[in-house]
Amino acid sequence: MTSVPAAESTQSVPGTPMPGAGQSLPLFGSGRPRWGERAIEWLLFLAAFVSVVVTIGIVAILLWESSTFFRGVPLLEFFTGRVWAPTFEPPRFGILPLLCGTLVTTGVALLVALPIGSIVAVYMSEYAPFAVREFLKPTLELLSAIPTVVYGYFALVFVGPMLQRVFADMPGANMLSAGVVMGLMIIPYVSSLSEDAMRSVPMLLREGAYALGANRMITAFKVVYPAALSGIGSAYILGISRAIGETMIVAIAAGGQPNFTLDPRQPGLTITAYIVQVSMGDLPRGSVGYQSIFAAGLLLFVCTLGFNIVGYFLRKRFRESY
Amino acid sequence: MKAIAELIARRKRQDRWFALLGLACTLIGLVTLVVLLAGLIRDGHHRLFDPTFYSSFPSARAVRAGILSPLVGSLLLAFVTILMAVPLGVAAGVYLEEYAPRNAWTTLIEINIANLAGVPSIIFGLLALGALIYGLHMERSLLVGGITLALLILPIVIVTTREALRAIPQGIREAAYALGATKWQVVWHHLIPYSLGGIATGTIIAMSRALGESAPLMTIGALTFITFLPPAPLQKQPPFVNFQWLNSEFTAMPIQMFNWISRPQAQFSELAATAGVVLILMTLSLNAVAIVLRYRLRKRIKW
Repeated sequence: MTSVPAAESTQSVPGTPMPGAGQSLPLFGSGRPRWGERAIEWLLFLAAFVSVVVTIGIVAILLWESSTFFRGVPLLEFFTGRVWAPTFEPPRFGILPLLCGTLVTTGVALLVALPIGSIVAVYMSEYAPFAVREFLKPTLELLSAIPTVVYGYFALVFVGPMLQRVFADMPGANMLSAGVVMGLMIIPYVSSLSEDAMRSVPMLLREGAYALGANRMITAFKVVYPAALSGIGSAYILGISRAIGETMIVAIAAGGQPNFTLDPRQPGLTITAYIVQVSMGDLPRGSVGYQSIFAAGLLLFVCTLGFNIVGYFLRKRFRESY
Repeated sequence: MKAIAELIARRKRQDRWFALLGLACTLIGLVTLVVLLAGLIRDGHHRLFDPTFYSSFPSARAVRAGILSPLVGSLLLAFVTILMAVPLGVAAGVYLEEYAPRNAWTTLIEINIANLAGVPSIIFGLLALGALIYGLHMERSLLVGGITLALLILPIVIVTTREALRAIPQGIREAAYALGATKWQVVWHHLIPYSLGGIATGTIIAMSRALGESAPLMTIGALTFITFLPPAPLQKQPPFVNFQWLNSEFTAMPIQMFNWISRPQAQFSELAATAGVVLILMTLSLNAVAIVLRYRLRKRIKW
């Protein structure tokens, strides 16, 4: 490095092609491989690859453990049975009641979170003055910082009794109150990502709408919202995926009884809450019933996997479009 | 002319109404937050300032019960989690942002991380149960709990690392290369120090998530009655440090709270509320730190 030939340095004037691009320059010893650099790159690659290993691990464990479950329980019974009673003699494993529980609580949560989250996003991106947004946005995001077990307590002790005043004959633990609280919890997930998407829509589109005489609301819903649709879609999908996988709120507040119904006022059991219930020691380890949590987990994983991948591509599209 | 004026007035009115609706919807979130906090404090204030609550173990008798072992368990768990998730996540983020070639492998890893970020937390518990406890015959220990939570927050750390790196202008890298730095020198001397603030912010948020997480810990069977502390990590005899605590059984704040919620007696419900207040204080203060940090970073850095 000490003796750089003067001729070398004057030759590489910007704009002119490098002299002898094919052969190696004496200064940049490309013949000497940098083993340290190579090793570091490999280590970093391995770190990134850990995430792939985790996914493979999840799929392998879920498939392996549930294969022992499905040896005892036929697939047809699992997917069409309407009774889920792992402690009965003989045990019955029909997943439909658990699917109903997940569907109902998720549905209620989305009915709360999607409209409110969307309106919040429109308000934040199109209406709110800078100072208001700077204060409200981080405060709203604190909603997602509250542990879900605390939300479960909130649903059971506050929201349940409150809703009982409206629906008098409803039991204290029901899918409605769990769903409502879950919806409140996922508002920030929906609003934050939707707002980002709407704010990335170019100002020019809005100005075009204003020039045609539209007010902010019409601009927001007829121009900005459609233009940001792929980003908003990915926000919705994130919300759905969160609601399906949410565990503690439904384990605490939804009632904990498998129930083949679509009525949210009934108590119910979701796939996630069932896994918690078994983990609390209701069934002996190694029994078919215990293995059923892996089958339930597999179903849960497959459901969210679909949503997550669609969400990824939607997000990618909206990042690229503007 | 009058019709147009009327139309404009109507549109303006419409706009004002919608602004009001938007504000109201935003306030729903805030009201929830306030009601939740107020309710918890109302139910749980009796023992909140009682020092014995923090120095006693959980007990079958509500008046004597405390949160010593769950509190210590949560802190140790957070320590193990951060020690595993941060190096791994930062390394993965650096690879994907600075090294990775644009090819199918990289796309696969990216889709995979996006998916992992959305996998329900309880699935990570099933993974730990199947792979670590059944497969490798490990105990239901702090180590297993820490690994589980670390895998859970790994995607968050990776994504925030990548965002922090992406915010560094290309010129910084080029300047370093022009002075003869190797790729790793660019990363180690420049990119990582400059992105440290962003990484710290994301890591703190991830930690608050891990602290409040209970479902995966329940799955590995952490819902047990723990009335002892793990062995101390420091000792008087050489070698002065002791890793026994990693193999110790544990309980954590959210799990203890769940346990108290699921008991029928009203006193335990009060204890659950008190534990909830403590838990919220822990996660919210972490979030507050992250918000302040993010705010100050945004003000200070002008590339």
